[in-house]
Amino acid sequence: MSASLAGDDRLALEQHGLAHYWRAARVIIGREALRFIHQRGRFIAALVRPLVWLFIFAAGFRSVLGVSIQPPYVTYVLYEVYITPGLCGMILLFAGMQSSLAMVYDREMGSMRVLLVSPLPRWYLLVCKLGAGVLVAVLQVYVFLAIAWFWEIQPPLIGYFTVLPALLIAGFMLGSLGLLLSSVIRQLENFAGVMNFVIFPMFFASSALYPLWRVRESSVLLWQLCWANPFSHAVELIRFALYGQIEPTALAVTVGCSLLFLAIAIFGYDPARGFMQIKRGS
Amino acid sequence: MSSPPVSAPPALEVTGLSHSFGRRKALDDVGFTIPQGRFTVLLGQNGAGKTTLFNLVTRLYSNRSGSIEIMGVDLRARPTVALAKLGVVFQLRTVDLDLSVKQNLLYHAGLHGLSRVQAQARIQAELDRLSLAERANDKVRQLSGGQVRRVEIARALLHKPRLLLLDEPTVGLDIGSRQTIVDHVRQLCATDGLGVLWATHLIDEVRADDAVILLHQGRVLAAGDGATLCAKAEVKDLGQAFTKLTEARAA
Repeated sequence: MSASLAGDDRLALEQHGLAHYWRAARVIIGREALRFIHQRGRFIAALVRPLVWLFIFAAGFRSVLGVSIQPPYVTYVLYEVYITPGLCGMILLFAGMQSSLAMVYDREMGSMRVLLVSPLPRWYLLVCKLGAGVLVAVLQVYVFLAIAWFWEIQPPLIGYFTVLPALLIAGFMLGSLGLLLSSVIRQLENFAGVMNFVIFPMFFASSALYPLWRVRESSVLLWQLCWANPFSHAVELIRFALYGQIEPTALAVTVGCSLLFLAIAIFGYDPARGFMQIKRGS
Repeated sequence: MSSPPVSAPPALEVTGLSHSFGRRKALDDVGFTIPQGRFTVLLGQNGAGKTTLFNLVTRLYSNRSGSIEIMGVDLRARPTVALAKLGVVFQLRTVDLDLSVKQNLLYHAGLHGLSRVQAQARIQAELDRLSLAERANDKVRQLSGGQVRRVEIARALLHKPRLLLLDEPTVGLDIGSRQTIVDHVRQLCATDGLGVLWATHLIDEVRADDAVILLHQGRVLAAGDGATLCAKAEVKDLGQAFTKLTEARAA
């Protein structure tokens, strides 16, 4: 038996080396990608939503809502051009909430347990799960931007590269929010509430559809609400990055909110302190 | 497989474990030991606290009182080392139905840090052992309930755990599938020296020589082999012993 114990120790060492972390990340991302490939409906829905906004909503409003010169734009821009970063944010927002829904589902169905029982720190497993969702969401954004290019939404070529970190950070923030929500939502049925109380207010009370200075002209209170909405900052981060620029406030708020949401989510999933503890059978 | 030496740590040792959900006490001062190489049945009615106990041993909940040691490693102090020695088959189905058997197993192998080469070899070996090799590339959705359970057992064994927990693994299966699974797990105790904790409320899955822990209303009502429990209840049949002991407690 002593030989067997030595074998156990070797196994433990092997399992807790850096390679273990890498292998776990690889399979978590791979599983998310496979899941996405298998759910083609999800991919199409994720694309159709912003495209409907772009092709129908924005086209209808272009004559009413031309946007005057404001950074990062150097000329007057069409409304379609203005809302494109907001629609990128919309994809990330829905993806973040979708993975939250998937996690609640996984928890109810049990497959989340397989992940959480793995011999790696729980925070790492959650970050991998989050990262996998973000990568898939960012891929969707690029497909959307490629289609938008044919609709004459053509930011500078360099923008397609500089927007990548912005998309990752914004995706991380919205994914962390989804993770946080999944740790507090008790049942799948409660998810409709998330749509009503998180997705819609976040999207509409933001700079995604209209510049904040215009909102301020209508209502200072609403402007304050929009400004306090982290989604506005995520959208502005994407907007500036798409034109090769950095908006420092947006960057700081988005990174700060990502870390805050992630910290609360990890707390929520902590077996010793979190919300799992008080949810019997969850 | 010869018996482990006396100095070998038990596969699982639970001491003074209590757990509450609000005011309701789900487990109250639970303690028991699962030796290596032994098939131990955790017997209890629905609501006895079996699933709560499993959630604590798998660290889905953290124990606030008492201690849980897996192969001598304290779960609370060194969770990742302890969990590496643990294999679990949950009561709910926890495989991805849209992935193939092999993809599900590769996912688990990766989570446990196995390289692709190691994983392939072990998957092949486990699937062969469970007569599932020809289904490796089939989607799990296409398998029968009994086959899915066998896949979950194969998955739980991939990282060569020393303790295997199974939470009512035969619920909803036909008699043939149930028997196959029980026999296989018993075999694992004998050949691999695994410590097994098998939670069930089905008396017919218990053999007279099995170690039995009788859990009732969150407390260990009795522990020992079937004969000991029968002697304690002063009856001949384990089913009767179960009824008598739990009713005596309720009264």
